[in-house]
Amino acid sequence: MALPASVPEELIKAPTALTEPPVIDLHGLSVSFGRRQILKNLRGDLRGKAIGLLGPNGAGKTTLIHTLLGFHQPSSGTAHIFGLDISDDAKQIRSLIGYMPERDSFIAKMSAVHFVRLMGELSGLPSEAALERAHEALFYVGLGEARYRRLDTYSLGMKQLAKLAQAIVHGPRLIFLDEPTNGLDPPARLRMIKLIREIRDSGQANIVLSSHLLVDVEECCDEILILRDGQIAVYCNLEEERKSNRKFLMLETRGDQEKFVKALAKLGCEYAISGDHRLKIVLQGGVEVRDLYRLADQEQVQLRRLSYKRDSLEDIFLKAMENGYGGL
Amino acid sequence: MAVYEQTYKPYAGKLTPEWSRFLIIPRHTLRGVFNSKLFTAFFVICFVPLLVEAILIYLHHNFTALAITNVNVRDLVPIDGSFFQTFVYIQGGFAFVLALLVGPPLVSRDLRNNALPLYLCRPFSRTEYVMGKMSVILILLSAVTWVPQLLLFLLQSYLEGFAWFRANLWIASAIIIASVVWILLLALLSQTISALVKWRVIASAAMLGLLLIPSVFGEFINLVFRTRWGHIVSLGGLINNVTAGLFGTFDRVSGRMQITDWDDNVVREVLLIEPPLWASWTVLFIICVVCLAVLHWKVKAYEVVR
Repeated sequence: MALPASVPEELIKAPTALTEPPVIDLHGLSVSFGRRQILKNLRGDLRGKAIGLLGPNGAGKTTLIHTLLGFHQPSSGTAHIFGLDISDDAKQIRSLIGYMPERDSFIAKMSAVHFVRLMGELSGLPSEAALERAHEALFYVGLGEARYRRLDTYSLGMKQLAKLAQAIVHGPRLIFLDEPTNGLDPPARLRMIKLIREIRDSGQANIVLSSHLLVDVEECCDEILILRDGQIAVYCNLEEERKSNRKFLMLETRGDQEKFVKALAKLGCEYAISGDHRLKIVLQGGVEVRDLYRLADQEQVQLRRLSYKRDSLEDIFLKAMENGYGGL
Repeated sequence: MAVYEQTYKPYAGKLTPEWSRFLIIPRHTLRGVFNSKLFTAFFVICFVPLLVEAILIYLHHNFTALAITNVNVRDLVPIDGSFFQTFVYIQGGFAFVLALLVGPPLVSRDLRNNALPLYLCRPFSRTEYVMGKMSVILILLSAVTWVPQLLLFLLQSYLEGFAWFRANLWIASAIIIASVVWILLLALLSQTISALVKWRVIASAAMLGLLLIPSVFGEFINLVFRTRWGHIVSLGGLINNVTAGLFGTFDRVSGRMQITDWDDNVVREVLLIEPPLWASWTVLFIICVVCLAVLHWKVKAYEVVR
């Protein structure tokens, strides 16, 4: 494994267990540009294999990535990546990171293979190894046949893939992807998502994916960090968050709905009538689905449909935007 | 991530030493620069004066050739400090044109294509980036200035003997220092302009203007105030003084101006006094500091809008 001599051995494997240092550890991180405070006292341990970074425009997503990359200095607090401080060990951290910027970023008058090779060399790969891996990376992202073409002749989708290739050419342990599906048509988007999932599933690298598209994050990430006005609105495991809300039930009934909801209220269940014959119920502790059937039988109400409603990422995101700071 | 495997794999080989990584930039850039046949042709032309210099040195020591040409080259062109100083000036001119061709797009292209985040998100600092870009100019300009001149000095020493070498060792140091100061100044100026202006043509024009406009302004000051202190604002004037100082040919009284009346009678004579050498060195130092400050300000992954 080729890591700088000063990188501790424990950093070689991607951290999964709680005993290992988190991928990103935020210690009251604040960033200001002049008088404007962009990030405000961010705290938290991010441990996911693929972390989705969400938030409305201007929430501080890109600033957070740039600060973690060492482009901006924190005004207070700090952060650690794999246990390394972003201010003190910036160079060491950057040898473990790959970055795919949001905007078009290229070196002019270069073929894709030359560009990716140069990026590999700058990451510390010897010239021959960089050339070999540049070919491999371009084949991997699907630009194998076009690798000798100049980048300025590439389509937008191809440029995005070339940016991904330069981000992974040196085999980083953490990859920051800033809006990777921006401007892609549906097939190109699917291809990008597939690649991101493949990298995630390889277990060789952690991913931080910043995107406006909730569906992209939902498809690729296991954890999400939602920023709002430079503060953490939500940080959660997506699957666990969905599971924790599985007591939401959608019911479609026939019969005397009024009597039925009164009986539900007596059981202590919260309910909301969401349309003709439709109910949304939150089951309280000790109340099971079979109790609903019994109640329906008592009140002579037919249950035509009963389904668990699991929160989608959109629900989580919208709640975070409504609730303010500190979680759901 | 082998082609046939099509999977993501980390790199498991050796890494290059960190100190050497800035040299990746000149290696890749120079390959691109010499792809232009026009540039390569001009680069070859830069060696013509050096060839003439070599021929003159050779003729000095080849009595048969001297007899054939029937010219006493020894008296015509003596090989001394002034001889090498002349060629330092000539090669300095070529160095300026080379810097004008290569320097302006170096940083501006990266700024225009948002390439800086790609460099700086790697274990590669801003200082290494600037060093890498500057070394493109330094390598290229060294190849046509002090390196060949030093070789010619050694050729002359070889032909003339060790006594000449020992007595004229100061010429070698003057060649190196004068050339290095000039190419360092050109490298810094071209990088600074390149960092300030995103468009190559404008950056080239700005660099040309930086040489010409202060020179014209300096000459205007010289004329109006009957002095030579105008050279303090002219890059050419500064370098000429510094080079003359290094070769021991600097004279503060560089000329006399006669003031005449309407009938062309000389009323009085004014001595034209050059600024002292320390003043020229100080101004050059200030220019370098300003250039470094601008580079520090401009070479960033992203501009922060405050």
